[in-house]
Amino acid sequence: MLNFTIRRLLLSVPVLVIISFVIFMLLELAPGDPMANVPLTVPPEVKEKMREALGLGEPWHIRFVKWLIQFFVVEPQVLFDHVFGTGFAEDKLRVISWQTRSPVMDIVVQRIPQTLWVVGMSYVIGVLIALPIGVISAYKQYSIFDQIGTFVSMIGFSVPTFFSGVLLIVIFSVNLGWFPSIYDTTHKVNDWSSFVFQMKQMIMPVSVLALYNAAQISRFMRASMLDNLNQDYVRTARAKGMTEKVVVLVHVLRNSMIPVVTVIALGVPQVFGGAIITEQVFKVNGLGQLLITAIQANDLPMVQTLTFIFAVLIVVFNLVADVLYGVLDPRIRYD
Amino acid sequence: MKLRHALTGAAAMMAMAPMAFAASHSGERGRDGELKIIYWQAPSIMNPYLSGGTKELEAASLVIEPLARYDQDGNLVAWLVDEVPTVANGGVSEDLKTITWKLSEGLLWSDGTPVTSADVKFSWEYCTAEGGGCAQSEKYLDVVSVDTPDELTAVVTFGIAKPFPYGPFVGAQAPIIQAAQFADCMGAKAPECTEQNFNPIGTGPFTVTEFRPNDVITLAANENYRDPSKPAFATVTFKGGGDAAAAGRAVLETGEFDYAWNLQLAPEVLTQMEAAGKGKNIVSFGTSVERIMVNLTDVSPDLGDERGTAAHPHPFLTDKNVRQALSMAIDRALLVEVGYGDFGRLTCNVLPAPAVFASTANDACLTQDIEGAKALLESNGWVAGADGIREKDGVRLSVLYQTSTNAVRQDFQALIKQWWGEIGVETELRNIDASVFFGSDPGSPDTFQKFFADIEMYTNNFDGTDPEAYMANWSCDQAPRPETQWQGNNMPRFCSEEYDALVTEMSTTGDIGERARLAKAMNDMLMQEYVIIPLVHRGRNAAHANTLGGVIMNVWDSEIWNAADWHRVEM
Amino acid sequence: MTDPAINAPSGATSAGAASPAAPVAEAPVQARATPRNQWWDVWDQFRTHRGALLGLACFLLIVVMVVLGPLLWRLDATFIDIRAKNTRHIVACFGLDWGAIISCFLNPAEAEGLKVSWAHPLGTDQLGRDILARMISGGQVSLAVGMTAMALALIVGTGIGVLAGYFKRLDGLLMRFTDLFLALPLLPLLLVIIMLFRDPLRAAFGPAEGIFILIVFVIGITSWMQTARIVRGDVLALKEREFVLAARSIGTPSRRMVTRHILPNVMSPIMVSATLGIANAIITESALSFLGLGFPSDFPTWGRLLFDGTDYLQQYPERVVWPGVFISLAVLSVNYIGDGLRDALDPRIRGR
Repeated sequence: MLNFTIRRLLLSVPVLVIISFVIFMLLELAPGDPMANVPLTVPPEVKEKMREALGLGEPWHIRFVKWLIQFFVVEPQVLFDHVFGTGFAEDKLRVISWQTRSPVMDIVVQRIPQTLWVVGMSYVIGVLIALPIGVISAYKQYSIFDQIGTFVSMIGFSVPTFFSGVLLIVIFSVNLGWFPSIYDTTHKVNDWSSFVFQMKQMIMPVSVLALYNAAQISRFMRASMLDNLNQDYVRTARAKGMTEKVVVLVHVLRNSMIPVVTVIALGVPQVFGGAIITEQVFKVNGLGQLLITAIQANDLPMVQTLTFIFAVLIVVFNLVADVLYGVLDPRIRYD
Repeated sequence: MKLRHALTGAAAMMAMAPMAFAASHSGERGRDGELKIIYWQAPSIMNPYLSGGTKELEAASLVIEPLARYDQDGNLVAWLVDEVPTVANGGVSEDLKTITWKLSEGLLWSDGTPVTSADVKFSWEYCTAEGGGCAQSEKYLDVVSVDTPDELTAVVTFGIAKPFPYGPFVGAQAPIIQAAQFADCMGAKAPECTEQNFNPIGTGPFTVTEFRPNDVITLAANENYRDPSKPAFATVTFKGGGDAAAAGRAVLETGEFDYAWNLQLAPEVLTQMEAAGKGKNIVSFGTSVERIMVNLTDVSPDLGDERGTAAHPHPFLTDKNVRQALSMAIDRALLVEVGYGDFGRLTCNVLPAPAVFASTANDACLTQDIEGAKALLESNGWVAGADGIREKDGVRLSVLYQTSTNAVRQDFQALIKQWWGEIGVETELRNIDASVFFGSDPGSPDTFQKFFADIEMYTNNFDGTDPEAYMANWSCDQAPRPETQWQGNNMPRFCSEEYDALVTEMSTTGDIGERARLAKAMNDMLMQEYVIIPLVHRGRNAAHANTLGGVIMNVWDSEIWNAADWHRVEM
Repeated sequence: MTDPAINAPSGATSAGAASPAAPVAEAPVQARATPRNQWWDVWDQFRTHRGALLGLACFLLIVVMVVLGPLLWRLDATFIDIRAKNTRHIVACFGLDWGAIISCFLNPAEAEGLKVSWAHPLGTDQLGRDILARMISGGQVSLAVGMTAMALALIVGTGIGVLAGYFKRLDGLLMRFTDLFLALPLLPLLLVIIMLFRDPLRAAFGPAEGIFILIVFVIGITSWMQTARIVRGDVLALKEREFVLAARSIGTPSRRMVTRHILPNVMSPIMVSATLGIANAIITESALSFLGLGFPSDFPTWGRLLFDGTDYLQQYPERVVWPGVFISLAVLSVNYIGDGLRDALDPRIRGR
């Protein structure tokens, strides 16, 4: 398995370069103009000058190579300098956003806390409630619990967050006044009352997202459990006199985890990608909002960098999932 | 040759205005605690020279200021100077080629150093430096030199006579930045100065404490601000992101924020939000007009590279009667009511303001006339076919109508489609993402400049109060075409020698009355040719909390231009 | 041997969810000497599943409503009657005093302080367009988009998943391909596809159909990856199971292995993907319309109605309630149909 992991990691490098190239070409092809947000009162020739100042006049392959060097050489140097106080990256041009004229990675780092607090937390909570719900729903198929679980999760999945988020704001912020409708990204938790405030501002976005995530994962958990509960090995295990708890939670659960692990692993990079609509509704301004504003403003270096980081995570977590398959079911071999 | 009447009046008014506020409310600086502003589009930089966007311009106006700016009525107001130079007071030379600005005494930057004429000169150099891509370079057009005879005097010299010399250093677009701070950020180095661009040293009422791009800006009162009793607020939180409905809700319904910008929402939604009693809606009217552009060229895809060029006239929109009928079928009063409520006014002009330039010659458009439109088409040979769509010589009146994606615009499209259906014109609707539509990517077929449709709708306006550049948009050479990489502002591809002559005449005319006559004549020509069909004169609206005093909505400059005077009021 | 002996032709995966009646009609005649077609067994089992029957009935009802609706309710979904704008739905009568409710239903025009009318039972929007008519025509588009995009995603996803899981040589290539698709940013991809293909499709199929094909394609092509990864994971585990080994040892060719032994055993995650896929497609469509990349604004869809109604949540809640209820109903019923089908296709359960 170690062999396999190393081979796959090495293979990831060319794959990622190809992916970054495809993303670059896609962005290059996409219609759009970083000057679209500039008011119409600014004359076209001034806009043309502004585009040149962004380096848009250069041919695409030069810009792609520049981006590769900036991302793979300069940015790691900056990180190294930051940690060890060295000066490798001095005077080297980093990946600069067209909108803010500042290094893209600085903004990304700035956005990570709120994304992890809100989107990450909601994912963890979603997974934690989805697994038991899925298991119980399958074990007691067609019980009241199962029916309610099915109903709630289907509603949770089919009602888009742009609606459920606004509904929560209208109920809890406007009518009851319990929670703030606007997330304060500058808030720092340093004592009990600030922690309470943090909880208050997180509760609505987290519950909206957690419901959505839990709905999806619990469906896969339930379906997979149902498949396995009827297998012969379950009957054998019961016949051997194992307790029901061991049968279900050890044997069946372990064998049912493969699709669930796939779904969870696919979801982790999306945590990083942020929840675009939910972040927008609650003004969380995390990575999702960063990506969507960059796309709308045609800030190509920013979009390219963000989607590439996203791609790295996808490749890594799909590898993690593949490794986990082998752990869950030792019969699966890649060698 | 003189703008005297207009300008002397403006100068007199400005001196009075700030004092009046000071008297009504005063006390020590920072007495009112925190001010919370929400802009649903977040500012990404604090340097207006590097971003032409309105959101950046306005955020920056809290920190950096111009020498003079426009007040809520569009009059010039001295800001960092004691009086606005005019021909009358000798500040503008008789030949209209130089303007002399004298800085007020004792002005300090927020770092405590004095403001000098060298900073003024530097601001010009910074914006015109090669390779900097300055968004406001148009403001400094024709400036030959800026001389600094002494610490407080800056003399701007133009290469040609400038009847309206208030481009450089006037308005939120052209503020003064500190020479010492930006000295190493000239030209191609401009983008590398992240610290300077995020945290400019200014003369305004606030200074940046933390700038988080596209998220939130925290500001604190400027300790060196020229008036010791201002600003009333000790800190400002300038939050960005979300959508207009959420911003409106935060100010009008939950009271979490004090001021929200540009609430493009249905009028009834805003009224209902206001009913919660936490704040109120405000509006001010500038020069924005939502208009329909009629394409005079054929955009059939079969034409290949010559698609949308003057070489191929449009099959039926070149018939003035058709264009007129399209305009007559529109009920503008209903459009205003549905889309803008109190934030829109009726207009029949593409140049609706300032009052001196507004024509009254086209007011017939104010009433819808479906029958008249039908009769006009009928009498010109456009007769209804089997499916109710009019045609003549095998040409069907069928149009493709494009605009950007926006709830109000889609409602307008639906209404207008129905009215045109009633007079026998078939309409296909298309809406395009704003970042594509308003972009100028020559590779995209969907930009408003390429205009590969028969009809398009959007809003435009002009900076400041002088319409010369704006009216020049519809001269022949402004037509977007392949040779200009599809750049240009003359979307209808309107071309008339008579119109071009008026444009030329206006550029050499200084007398305000004469300029008004020319601008009106150009407006009337466009209106009576029906190449531009005005729909609504749009106001700029905002909402502020009832506990926030001193807000004066201003469309001619940054709308938070007088934030120094804002203060808390008791409910 | 644990192999479920259903002869599931690969088409059944998509046909199963799309139209549960289809397998009955199209059931291939089996060479095996069973006295009775096995699809009847499936149907019998399906019938015993109360939730599935209910779901099927509900789904058919919605389909009938949106297909035959325009014949019964003749108002045009895009017709603007500005005088009737902001009419409340008739249910709003219940908000009146007890005494006034009945008279409100009988004679809504005279209800005090309430603008209701039987001419617009679900009310009208801010331009006076009839919401019932918009729900009907929106349902046609949303259901069609949801079903076709889901079917497309399912076919592509299952195909790639099975190939990658079963054939080791293809695994690396296909999964890296999946990674690539997962990494592509959706919005720029859409902008490119629309820029390249909108005009040719519009010329070939007309404005509405051209956009329909485009949207279905875009949603389908960007949502198959999850199914592919899940199916592959399951197949990897399945092919090491004893029954597969047994089947292989008697020389079953790969094609038969896949259709007969592998596919039927990955039905349940596919069913779940199908259910989630419909909801996902309907909602993605509304997000696209919102971004100006979807249908032209005069084509109402459920997702779009829901989105447009969100601003009016407080004044006119019905504008979000109706589309919201119908999207949820459609998704729920597909979910129950999927549950029933899954059970019916599993011979271990069928016997019970």
